[in-house]
Parts: sequence; structure tokens; C-alpha cells
Amino acid sequence: MTLLEQFRLWLGGIWPDWAAYLVPGIVGIVVVLAFVVVLVIVFIWFERRLLGRFQIRLGPNRLGPEGIFQPIATALKILLKEDIVPAKSDKVIHWLAPVIVFVPVLMIFAVVPIGQRAILTDLNVGIVYVVAVSAVSAVGIYMAGWASNNKYALIAALRTVAQMVSYELPVVLAILGVVLMAGSLSMTQIVAAQSIPFLVLQPLGFVIFFLGTVAEMNRSPFDLLEADSEIVAGYHIEYSGMKFAMFYLGEYGHALAYSCIITTLFLAGWQGPFLPPIIWFLIKVFAVFSVIVWMRATLPRLRVDQLMSFAWKGLLPMAIINLFVIAVEMLWLPEINLWILVVTNIVFAGVLVLLWSRLFSLGGGRVEV
Amino acid sequence: MVIKTEPFILNIGPQHPSTHGVFRMRVTLDGEVVVDIEPVIGYLHRGIEKMGENRTYTQIIPLTDRLDYLASMTNNFAYVLAVEKLAGIKVPERAEYLRIIMAEAMRISSHLMAVGFFINDLGAMMTPVLYMWREREKLLDLFEMVCGQRLTYNYMRIGGVSQDIPEEFLPALKKFVAEMPGFIDEYDQLLLQNEVLLARTKGVGILPGDTAINTAASGPVLRASGVKWDLRKADPYSIYDRFDFDVPVGTVGDNYDRYWVRMQEMRQSVRILEQAIAQLPGGEVWAKVPQLLHPPVGEVYGHIESPRGELGFFLVSDNSIAPYRFHIRPPTLINLTALKDMVVGWKVADLISTFGSIDVVLGEIDR
Repeated sequence: MTLLEQFRLWLGGIWPDWAAYLVPGIVGIVVVLAFVVVLVIVFIWFERRLLGRFQIRLGPNRLGPEGIFQPIATALKILLKEDIVPAKSDKVIHWLAPVIVFVPVLMIFAVVPIGQRAILTDLNVGIVYVVAVSAVSAVGIYMAGWASNNKYALIAALRTVAQMVSYELPVVLAILGVVLMAGSLSMTQIVAAQSIPFLVLQPLGFVIFFLGTVAEMNRSPFDLLEADSEIVAGYHIEYSGMKFAMFYLGEYGHALAYSCIITTLFLAGWQGPFLPPIIWFLIKVFAVFSVIVWMRATLPRLRVDQLMSFAWKGLLPMAIINLFVIAVEMLWLPEINLWILVVTNIVFAGVLVLLWSRLFSLGGGRVEV
Repeated sequence: MVIKTEPFILNIGPQHPSTHGVFRMRVTLDGEVVVDIEPVIGYLHRGIEKMGENRTYTQIIPLTDRLDYLASMTNNFAYVLAVEKLAGIKVPERAEYLRIIMAEAMRISSHLMAVGFFINDLGAMMTPVLYMWREREKLLDLFEMVCGQRLTYNYMRIGGVSQDIPEEFLPALKKFVAEMPGFIDEYDQLLLQNEVLLARTKGVGILPGDTAINTAASGPVLRASGVKWDLRKADPYSIYDRFDFDVPVGTVGDNYDRYWVRMQEMRQSVRILEQAIAQLPGGEVWAKVPQLLHPPVGEVYGHIESPRGELGFFLVSDNSIAPYRFHIRPPTLINLTALKDMVVGWKVADLISTFGSIDVVLGEIDR
């Protein structure tokens, strides 16, 4: 029973039914919204400071202690800016796109367990819900690129569709491996099943899921949608003011959401010794996000055809093999000591990654015209 | 089902983060693939050649600073060499060495910018650039010591250099020369084995050696294509024949080779700097040259190996105080003509990175 359900039961004893049903829902939404907005602001600050360290500079450090209020100043600046709509854009879709990008990101947090019973709603198909909801953002990005009536935005929009569709497959297959081992689609059950984190139990699945999600949240080296050096800002080139802020929040919200999902699926979620669950959860989320920032600071961007071949020739076959191996292990050796599986799977992951890096190249890319 | 598609035209620039100034490319794209490209230049035209014809020979030196603003010292150097050739002026020994030191330091500084921004064009979020700026900053400090400026130096003079180096200059330069190879190793660690970098640069934007020669390309762009042609060796000007250095040459002529050649040239420049510091003589730094120069009637073409290639100045004198004709051969304008051969058939992203690998400076192209 989640904390919210308990609250509802208790409220049902003293208030009328409709109020006892409505109030916990509103409280839960407010708490999750506050959690997301605060963490997103901290994330923006954290990324800028960490990127500064990677790039031998300080990063913003003037406003407040260690520059913690800098994202708030940025947000204020963006809010006060003029909202420019291109004359020949599709006004309705142009207005709708940021909403469609941002809202699904918030919806993901409904099933993220940040403590043993601290979850908004413990859906029994939680992880399926996450995959379904997060895929909606791609539609929003496509709408933004299309409605802007700008060629750069259009290129970005087309890249979005290709990228999102390609990376959805390996991500889902990697999730299936986790689901097979946990024996449930519910997020709380998946966390509870990780007496040994799935990070060590199926490292290959983790690598595939991690790379796939980095591509899905459009972060470097897969940030082809924004590619500031090629297509300037991609799909949000024609956005300013609050609408741009929605994209910005959506991007970091996505990073936060996927950091939470990776933590839940592979790093044993809120579990951990000594410290309270929420602290463990935040430590793991920030660790995942640090790796993402690290990649962003180190790697150049892939080209669009390399991105595709990386998904279809690299991640997808490996994800299928990974799923197959996990399925065989679960089918024939359900009672085996998990530590034996840890060793086997780590060796197997190492061999497969080595094999793929030898056999497979990103390809030439030149086209005769 | 047959989908009716057609190529579309995309204007990249003049305001674009990766055009290194105000350069415009009118690109015909078939989806992501570059079908045709038409460079449009002239957004930064200031008429420096015409201005030069109305100024005295000394007054032209600050104008040359504004050509290739990432290698101003080299521009000064090329121009004063041409004038000295025209007027037959002998330069003091110490000034020659100071010029070499400045030119090679400038080459390192310019290549740091070139490589850094090339990686940036590949999408590397400023990290390599900021590491390279760390070293460039030290060089700019050195230049500031000798002439008080950090971008447009106006340091060289006809017959020498404007002033002698201050006493803190040499220790700082020695420290830089000692440290620099270590820093280049550090860049190599970050970049040379970077999978994504290799995938994006190897085999991309190939410029074959014969095409490079036919387009009259020069500098790292030519040498990356496997042609061993460096004016410092091929036509030694100033005192370059006294130094021992190698000319790094690429093999294929792709973006990776152009990047690699620049990295190696930095190492060679450090070698030249070491030798120049060791040999630096004392004495005058500025020969006795009349303030208003009246060179004899005639014409001269003086060229040097600038960081970007062969930088030439063509001067015609009619024995007045200003040149009758003042023409500049900017290396990047000529190198840029090979762009279309390099990028057709590649993706937009490759267009940007190949353009970055040519390392253009618009101040020089538009003049």
C-alpha cells in the first residue's frame, strides 16, 4: 500500500468520500510537481557547474552560494522575453508543441518510486506506462519542427522521428530483460526484486538501456535534434520566451525522468544501507546524470547515418541476444545462485561488446549524387 | 508507393554558429545529403586593398592585422617581408629571430583555435576549445608583453620590429615551450583515440593530392593531402634555413589528416621556438629606415607560410609614398575553392566539419 492510499483511507474515515478521493490526488500531484521542478532546477545548476569543471572553468557561481540561484535568474529572464511566433508558422501546432513535449515528461514521474511506499500510483504495468508516455514527446518535437516553417527545424523534426523510432526498440528489449528477471512490470516490484542491482546482474542490458535513453533524451553525443553547430538549435529555433522554457524544462525533465528510471530499473532504486531511501535515490540519480554530463563534455556528435547504424546494427542485435540469454537463464536455471549469474553475465557482456566493436563499423556515409 | 521528393535549398549563414564569421553557403540538400554548394562571400568586405593604395607603407601594417585576425603577427611578417624585398632593406639579426619567434608562436596559437573549433564543429560542446584556449591565453599574454595588444598586434615594422622584448618575456616563453609538448600529449589523449571523433573524421571530406594542387591549395590543407610543400622549406624566407624541423604530411587528405597535420605542426613549431630561443642574438631590433619610404619603381611578390597556407602580398611601387597597387593572396580563399569537391555527397554535418577543417578566417577572405 502506498503512502497516498493510506492517506486516502485515513481521510475516508473523517471526510466525505469525494473529498477523500480528490484531496490525496491533488496533494500527490503537487508533491510530484514540486519534486520535478525543484530537481530540474538543481539539475540545470548541477550540469552547468559540472560542465564547468570538465572544461577547466568555474561555471556560474555568482548568484547565491555556489551560484545555486542562477537557474532561477535564467528562468526569470526567459519568462520576461517576448514570445515571437513566425508569421508563416502553423499557429495552433506551434502553440501546442511545447505542451506536448513537457506534459508526458511530468506524467512519467507518476510511477517513479522514490521510497518504499513513496510513489504516486503503483501501476501494475508501470514500466509499460513509462515507455508509452515518454514516446509521446517525439510527437511534440516533430510538431514543433513542422509548425515552425523553418528548414533547420524541419531537418531536426525528421531526425527526431528516425532517432526516436530507432532507439525505442533496443530500449524496450533491454527493459524486457529486467522484467524477465524481476517477474513483474510494476516499478515497486522491480525495485524489490533487486537484492543484487540489475546493473551487475545484466550489465549488457544496462549499457544498451543507458545509451538508448541518452539517445532518446537527445543529449550529446546523440543530440542531433539540436545540433547547434549544424542546424543551429534544431526544432526550437523559432521558439522564444515561455514556449522555449517549456522545451528547456522538458529536456532537463526528460534527463531527470530517465535518470530516475535507470536508477529504478538497474541501480536498485531507493535501496541501500544506512541512509534513508530518498537520499539513496537522489545519490543514484545524480550519479547517473553525472555520467550523462561527462559524456556530453567528452564526445563529439554522431552523424545521422552513424546514429541510425549504431541503433540498428549495434544496439538492436545486442539487445536481442541479451534478451535471449536472460530468457534462457530464467527458463532453465531459475534456482541458480545469483552470484554465478553475475559473473557469467559480466563475462558475456564483455565478450559481446568486444566482438561488436571489432566486427561492426559505423559505415562510410558518402552518397553518390 | 512513389513519394515525390525534391532537393531544397538551405542558406547556411551568414549568421550561423559554425561559419566562423559571416560566411554564407547556399546548399542544395537532398534530405540530409549535400547535392550542391555555392559559397557566398563578401559580408566582411572592407576594401583593405584599396585602402592600402592611399596609405604610406608603414600605415598599411595595422591594416594587415585585420586580415587574418587569428594570426595577425604572421600577416605583419608577410607584409614587411614584401616591402623589404621591394626596397632592399636589411633587417638586424635580432629582429629576424624575434620575427620567427612571433610567427611560430602565432602558428601554435592559430592552430589551437583551428583544431579546437574543428572539434567544436563536430559537436563537442566547447570542451577541447576551452582546453586549447588555456594555452592560447598564455601566448596572448606573451604577445601583450611585447606590444601591448592581444589581437591586432601591429608589432613588425619595415626593417625590424617596433620594440625589443621586455626582460620577463624570455622566461615566460621558455616556460611555455617546456610545457607545450605535454599539453599537446594531453589533447592527443582526449582526441586521438576518441571513437566518435574517428568515425566522424576518417575518410570524410577527402581532397586528393592532385585536386589540391590543381586548386592551388596550400598550408595544412595541401599537406594533409600528401603533398610535401611548405614555403619554409621550399622557398626559405627570413632565416628559416637555419632551423631544423620536419614538415608533417598526411596520407589521404580527409578531415582527420587535416586535424592531425595541425597537431604535428604545433610540435614542430615548438621545436623551432626552442632553437630560436637558444640562438637569439643581442643588438638592434630596428634598422635605420626612413619614416616615409619611397621604394624604387617596380613590383614584388612576397609570400610566407602562414598558419593557413601561402600568404602573399603583391606590391607595385611608383616611387611614391604609397603603393600603386596592393594585392593580397589570402590562403583560405584559395583553399575554400576546394570545398565543393570535398563535401558533395556527404551529409550536412560533414559539410560543417569539413568547412571547419579548412580553417577559414573571414577577415582574410573578404579583405
